[in-house]
Amino acid sequence: MDHNQPHTPHETAMCLATPARIIAILDPDIPTAQADLNGLRREINLAALESPETAQRSVGRWVLVHVGFALTYLDEQDAQRTLHLLRQRRTP
Amino acid sequence: MNPHRDPEHAQRLLDHIHRLAAPLPRPLRIMEFCGGHTHSLYRHGLPQLLPDTLQLIHGPGCPVCLLPPDTIERAIELAHEGALLATFGDALRVPSRRGSLQQARAAGADIHVVYAPSDALQLARRHPHRPVVLLAIGFETTMPATAHSLQQAARQGLRNFRLLCAHLATPPLLAHLLRDPHLHLDGLIAPGHVATVTGLAPFRPAPRAHRIPTVVAGFEPLDLLLALLLLLRQHQRRQARLQNAYRRAVRRHGNPRARALIDQVFQRPTATDLGDDPIQAARVHLRPAYRAHDAGHPHPTPAPRQDTPCRQVLLGHLAPADCPHLGHRCTPEHPLGAPMVSGEGACAAYHRYRLAPC
Repeated sequence: MDHNQPHTPHETAMCLATPARIIAILDPDIPTAQADLNGLRREINLAALESPETAQRSVGRWVLVHVGFALTYLDEQDAQRTLHLLRQRRTP
Repeated sequence: MNPHRDPEHAQRLLDHIHRLAAPLPRPLRIMEFCGGHTHSLYRHGLPQLLPDTLQLIHGPGCPVCLLPPDTIERAIELAHEGALLATFGDALRVPSRRGSLQQARAAGADIHVVYAPSDALQLARRHPHRPVVLLAIGFETTMPATAHSLQQAARQGLRNFRLLCAHLATPPLLAHLLRDPHLHLDGLIAPGHVATVTGLAPFRPAPRAHRIPTVVAGFEPLDLLLALLLLLRQHQRRQARLQNAYRRAVRRHGNPRARALIDQVFQRPTATDLGDDPIQAARVHLRPAYRAHDAGHPHPTPAPRQDTPCRQVLLGHLAPADCPHLGHRCTPEHPLGAPMVSGEGACAAYHRYRLAPC
């Protein structure tokens, strides 16, 4: 929030979202979580993915975060499937 | 290493792309709607590696580029009236008739750069006796976060938290592009992060009603190359389909919970809300229930001139490389318009990675 912080185009790009791994639930009521974003620990909001009752099940999973808000879970299996297809001689 | 940047896979995809593109009798015009895609393409040097028969048309999906100057003027006015203004960093340097937010800040206005709408909410908690205004920009990707912060403010009685709403909805803008008789698109790379929220539905009209092959894509180099390959495949087979090449993030129905958040707070225009001006038609408004948190609307200004180069770039009618001002009168230090200052602006991408590579 320091308004003197340097900002580069990709840090502030408005439609870019960053993959992050959920480490722990911070406030189950909202819910918010601590997440690992490229090695940085940040508080993120899970309200678009989980309710207070279900928040705990997000721990350990990967999400896409945009302006502090988790928008979707990242499905590792789907990622692996795409990569597997790319590896083959035939393209998908 | 990030597996979606593997150079070996990239080369294989490029080989396929070149093989399919070689026999094309004329260049295929493919638009990437999203400014994030534009930047990723340039950042990874992909335009130089693609065959000449693939012509990339940069789309308008850059919220900062689409910020109407009257909104910046209203933000400056609010800051001068004593509000604490919270904004994303990108919007700081957008020029307006009253200068930029950065210039206003240098002149003493209280303007804070925030990373998330929740940071602005935090400012409102810390300064309960001052209006704290969030300049809310972005498409469906950003709206859920803004909506949630506003709901929190309403619940906690933080009446000093206000929104200067400059959110835009994707469908009306896309509908305008699809109907544009000058664009002649042969393919569309649909914005993957918008689709995480909206799902695939808003992109179906492109192939169904307009026969334009469409692929929802991620933002890594392999995602973009795969999308281009799939578009070429469709073209070769004379198909026009919607394909999801970002399945690790995008579900068919998107994120209903995120959409519910948006719709509780905002009134979104639909693809049929087409006015004379596509950018005005895409504007999202606060619902009346949240009127107490509305920082007000900009004073109406005359319709923007249709012929400014910035606007032509935004609507895909002018390539940044063909703009007479780029790199001369218009640079990141002295921008003539938002496409040169925004992190996702096509001119900023072109200038940063092609004219002045670092």
